[in-house]
Amino acid sequence: MTTLALQQYLDFAYIVAVVLFILSLKFLSSPASSHWGVLAGEIGAALAVTVTLFNPEVAQYKWIIITLIIGAGVGVPLGLVQMTAVPQRTALSHAFGALSAAMIGVAEFYVGTAPVTRFEMGEIALEVIIGSLTFTGSLIAAGKLQEILPQRPVVYRGQNIVSLSVLATALGLAIALVVNPAHTLLFPIMVLVALIFGVLLVTPIGGADMPTVISLLNSYAGFSAALLGFVLNSKVLVVAGALDGSSGFVLSVIMCKAMNRSFTNVMFGAFGQVQVSAAAAKEDRVVRSASPEEAAAILSAANRVVIVPGYGMAVAQAQHKVRELYDTLTKKGIDVRFAIHPVAGRMPGHMNVLLAEADIPYDRLIEMDEINGDFPQTDVALIIGANDVTNPAARTDHSSPIFGMPILDVDKAHTVMVIKRSMSPGFAGIDNPLYYLDQTLMLFGDAKQFVGGIVRELGGGH
Amino acid sequence: MPADFISNLYVFILAGFVGFELIKRVSPLLHTPLMSLTNALDAIVVVAAIIIAGRHETRLTTVLGAIAVAASFSNMVGGFLITDRMLRMFKSGRSKQS
Repeated sequence: MTTLALQQYLDFAYIVAVVLFILSLKFLSSPASSHWGVLAGEIGAALAVTVTLFNPEVAQYKWIIITLIIGAGVGVPLGLVQMTAVPQRTALSHAFGALSAAMIGVAEFYVGTAPVTRFEMGEIALEVIIGSLTFTGSLIAAGKLQEILPQRPVVYRGQNIVSLSVLATALGLAIALVVNPAHTLLFPIMVLVALIFGVLLVTPIGGADMPTVISLLNSYAGFSAALLGFVLNSKVLVVAGALDGSSGFVLSVIMCKAMNRSFTNVMFGAFGQVQVSAAAAKEDRVVRSASPEEAAAILSAANRVVIVPGYGMAVAQAQHKVRELYDTLTKKGIDVRFAIHPVAGRMPGHMNVLLAEADIPYDRLIEMDEINGDFPQTDVALIIGANDVTNPAARTDHSSPIFGMPILDVDKAHTVMVIKRSMSPGFAGIDNPLYYLDQTLMLFGDAKQFVGGIVRELGGGH
Repeated sequence: MPADFISNLYVFILAGFVGFELIKRVSPLLHTPLMSLTNALDAIVVVAAIIIAGRHETRLTTVLGAIAVAASFSNMVGGFLITDRMLRMFKSGRSKQS
């Protein structure tokens, strides 16, 4: 009788936690209220964890306390990483979340209190497959983002057939287990095959597609937690998993739209394999280059400047120099804004976080749709480490692999300046006709040094 | 089909729609903190891991549960921490001057 009453208190606490989770996401709708979102989430999570420790099913605390301490010991440094390391940290946390969900599913299979029904077997098998493939897939993504693994798409002939047959094997083993749950030996084999599939799924995908991949993995990690909620009949897991899963899904759709590509194309298309030959034909086009002094002179004569950051800015760690440039130009009365393409960088919102870290006010960071109409009235568009998102071939050239992708219309600005290491095309291998336009000046060099040079010429900086 | 499954499916579908509507309203400025926040919320699987580890049924399930507790709790702690750090960085031009 008392346990029943206690169980009801626990359930009530979980409902309060779920309400706080929903509020947490609601507060995130604007930067002004967003810190309340973290607070609501933290209170909800702390409440849920605390009441769970009073669950009568918990008989032994030793391992719980030890592993909570280990978890906190791993989590705190992962919460304190540099902002440039956020994409790989995020991929790693998808891996941890999926690992956790998969491990609990496996444990539930081996608990053996009652023989599992076919229906339960199906739920567990599906949950464990999604959790396992998300675990290894996210580890590969994190490895690519940390540059332990090659960022290029790794491809070979017949790859999709191999990958899909591995997935089919995992699903076949799951079906065999549902038909006869007594074949328990098949279960670890199924887990192993699903783990292999995760590796095969993400290895062929290139760095430029990471914003979509990381969002999809986010979605898988969420849905595996929701499925775990079905297995354990835990509504708090169903809700939290559904929120996380739908968040990842919405972000993947936004990323795919921003690249004008479909999910299947991202997952099985191995971007940039085609189209290397097309660029080679036009050799003798001229580019004009400029020095930091010339760039500084053009910038100080401008009224409106739009800076377009890309992954190259993150790689060169140039965001703080860019802030100095912003400050110097703003002091001269020049209007400086930043144009943010949805897939600039390696994860959704990557550029916003880097620029916010460098203390640039967020009302200066403008989304693509909002700023595109302003480029014809812009004196200088300064591109720092972005390439494909500014390529006008996406509007005009039907043969380009990025044709149809929405881009920032920088070519409509009066002067375009591009900071780039060299003329070599990025690893997507797509030539950018922007660099050969009459109003374009190429600024060759390291982004951080070059921006620093401009700031010195303008007489600002420290 | 078990009755539990049906009620969970109701909850899942409704929560999915709520999530969809809420996420659509999140400013693209905050997509990175959004991902780390939902990651921290998703780490609520730690409550299931605590029960598996604490039930102490077999050595295997205790080990699996213990791994799950460590993995998900590190996500919870790290996720909230980094989200908070990121959101503190977002300042508007007006609040910066004041």
